[in-house]
Amino acid sequence: MCDSASPNQFAQKLDSYIDSLTHKKENLIGVLHYAQEIYGYLPDNVQWHIAQRLDIPSATVYGVVSFYSFFTMIPRGEHVVNVCTGTACFVRGAEKLKEELENQLKIKAGETTPDNLFTLETLRCVGACGLAPVMIVDGEVHGRMHEAQDINEVLAKYRPES
Amino acid sequence: MKMCQKERFAHTSVYNIQNFELRHGVSTKEASPKEGKCHMKLKNTDALNELQAQSLKLLESRRAIDSVGTNNTQGLVRHVMVCGGPGCHSSGSPRIAERLEEELNKRGLSEQIKVFQPGCFGFCEKGPMIEIFPDNVTYCEVSEEDVTTIVEEHFVQGNLVEHLVFMDPNTKERFATNIPFYDGQLRIALRNVGYIAPENILEYIAADGYQALAKVLFTMKPFEVIDVLKQSGLRGRGGAGFPTGTKWEFTRKSEADQRYIICNADEGDPGAFMDRSVLEGDPHSVLEAMLIAGSAIGASEGFIYVRAEYPAAIHRLKIAIAQAREYGLLGKGILGSDFCFDIELKLGAGAFVCGEETALIHSIEGARGEPSVKPPFPAQKGLWGKPTCVNNVETLANIPPIILKGAEWFSAIGTEKSKGTKVFALAGKVNNVGLVEVPMGTTLRQIIFDIGGGIKQRKTFKAAQTGGPSGGCIPTKYLDSPIDYESLTAIGSMMGSGGLIVLDEDDCMVNIAKFFQEFTMDESCGRCTACRVGTKRLYEILTKITEGKATLEDLDNLEKLCHIIKDTALCGLGQSAPNPILSTLKYFREEYIAHVVDKTCPAGVCTHLLKYEITDKCVGCTLCVKKCPMHCITGTVKKRHVIDQERCLKCGACMDQCRVVGAIIRH
Repeated sequence: MCDSASPNQFAQKLDSYIDSLTHKKENLIGVLHYAQEIYGYLPDNVQWHIAQRLDIPSATVYGVVSFYSFFTMIPRGEHVVNVCTGTACFVRGAEKLKEELENQLKIKAGETTPDNLFTLETLRCVGACGLAPVMIVDGEVHGRMHEAQDINEVLAKYRPES
Repeated sequence: MKMCQKERFAHTSVYNIQNFELRHGVSTKEASPKEGKCHMKLKNTDALNELQAQSLKLLESRRAIDSVGTNNTQGLVRHVMVCGGPGCHSSGSPRIAERLEEELNKRGLSEQIKVFQPGCFGFCEKGPMIEIFPDNVTYCEVSEEDVTTIVEEHFVQGNLVEHLVFMDPNTKERFATNIPFYDGQLRIALRNVGYIAPENILEYIAADGYQALAKVLFTMKPFEVIDVLKQSGLRGRGGAGFPTGTKWEFTRKSEADQRYIICNADEGDPGAFMDRSVLEGDPHSVLEAMLIAGSAIGASEGFIYVRAEYPAAIHRLKIAIAQAREYGLLGKGILGSDFCFDIELKLGAGAFVCGEETALIHSIEGARGEPSVKPPFPAQKGLWGKPTCVNNVETLANIPPIILKGAEWFSAIGTEKSKGTKVFALAGKVNNVGLVEVPMGTTLRQIIFDIGGGIKQRKTFKAAQTGGPSGGCIPTKYLDSPIDYESLTAIGSMMGSGGLIVLDEDDCMVNIAKFFQEFTMDESCGRCTACRVGTKRLYEILTKITEGKATLEDLDNLEKLCHIIKDTALCGLGQSAPNPILSTLKYFREEYIAHVVDKTCPAGVCTHLLKYEITDKCVGCTLCVKKCPMHCITGTVKKRHVIDQERCLKCGACMDQCRVVGAIIRH
């Protein structure tokens, strides 16, 4: 597994990052953050590679990856659409917003559209409670998303012009 | 003891902060009042005082506030503060700041008027907000389009831009300053948030920054510092309310060659954003408090465990740490003393349970964030087996003023057992959503109706939810009880980290309990059975209730199971997970009964229990027939329509469409 990944440019970047660490095992989470940044997700072979480089069992790596919701083992779409499901958004209609997005994108939360354009996810509170309910596309917050029309307009901005 | 262990700091694991810096081109150049001058490490207290004296002019315009005016600048450079809090940032405040700078440049005013982006002003509802000094004028709900008007009217013509000035919705009175939202608030933890530019250490120093550290290092002994904290009555603001001084004392008294101090910035409570606001608006206050803690408990290393979901906070912390090192406020021989201390950032990875201190410690060690059995407490055996003190961000932010102003000053604020202030993130169905800091003992009514401006759309208050997934719902009858740690626990809720969500008549309490149960079920780490299986079973019973499939026996089982989990779960997450259910059962039992026995949802939220009916007021316009996704409404033009209850999805589309009041009813 390790060999198949090493010719890759990504793997070289990851390796040089790991090499720069004095304390390797303690920094597993930091290494995983870095790996996810360059690969976009954490597939099996990357986890294997990290386990070997840090000299820890791959089960430990998998254990950590599967524990934290920030890490994903499935590739995401080009744009990540997040619905805030914090309490403030919940009482101001986050459920409806999520359903509307599921309708418009024709996928369920946690899935990616077949054209690989959008991934729909939920997260807890971005601190923009005054704008509830909010959706976040690629880190950009869009507030007061009550109407289907508004949601459609936001999504349209991220669709390629056809 | 006071040895510098630099090796662990030789690297940084925080890769995306580095990326962030590259992307955003962070420069400390603007941090210096004299550009180009090489910063000196501060060698002693005199050097710090001298730097403070020099830096005071940075805040001069903001301090010279007398009355509202647009013409009298008292010969000072004007400061335009554009709120950079999470809410205002999301509604485009960075772009407003940029446009302001462009416009001022265009008109050749950029020398006389400077634009700043400080942290959260707190009044999120009316964001984006800007504040102009020394004019002492605040503008609300500013948009990009307003920028030209502000520059032309306010700065060039010297007129107040009336329509951007806050108007009280009830009295229609306008307030250019002293907005009623801030009445009754007392800012200690948030003292600098929204007031200083957080990316400039000199502004923090000008605002008495690092003076408390100097006092601790040169005039106090470690146990004196701990005594001051104990006398001040400061308690942990993360939720449980453990006395901070006692925690420090325990850590100090544990024999070891190394101790650690950790700042818990893993703010996972949905609906709470006060720690984030402190980190983004006043990062140095946290660093200074950690230094004070380090010297008091005998630690030379500190960690800030911050959520990866807070890139702006991470960015600001990184800048603050770099600046503190540059001025010799972190590193070896701080301010010429023999005290050595350094701070490293550690990123979380999206696990709510990591807010629990033992879980957080495991996460810093690079493992799964699962809690462990206490004792041993972290104060005895924590990070890498060494005594460790874990403090919350807001707790730490309170410490420098306590050291400077004394324990008596702090303990005079608040109630008998809860001293000082508490920051609440006020949200939900309240008019003025925002961040409020009030003395302990303030009543819910004052927070929700005076500061918060009452309930949205003149609806009726039903409950206030405090403490997030670990807290409970407080009904109307307790609106006038003073809030502190004890009173909230006594009425079945808890202080928690300070989320305060207001619920109105349209909220179903069973559904709210179910929402929190879903949260704790998802976030349960799975280590102990009580929490892993218990929260799932609770969620299933609540689902049955909201679907109208539950019996009274289920309700009994729900309550029994709540108590079992409370008694047997391993950590705070599990022990407090049943709180939202227990408190709603206590105060809103009739709603549960309505769901179980009458199969109705009084608030009209639980779709399975709703019934839509067309009354004889129907004029037969056929609008609903066309809109029904199930095609289950029958009827011809000008005749009363009928809904086929068997096939009805209860989506409410017909009711949304209907133009005749009372023709379609939901019950």
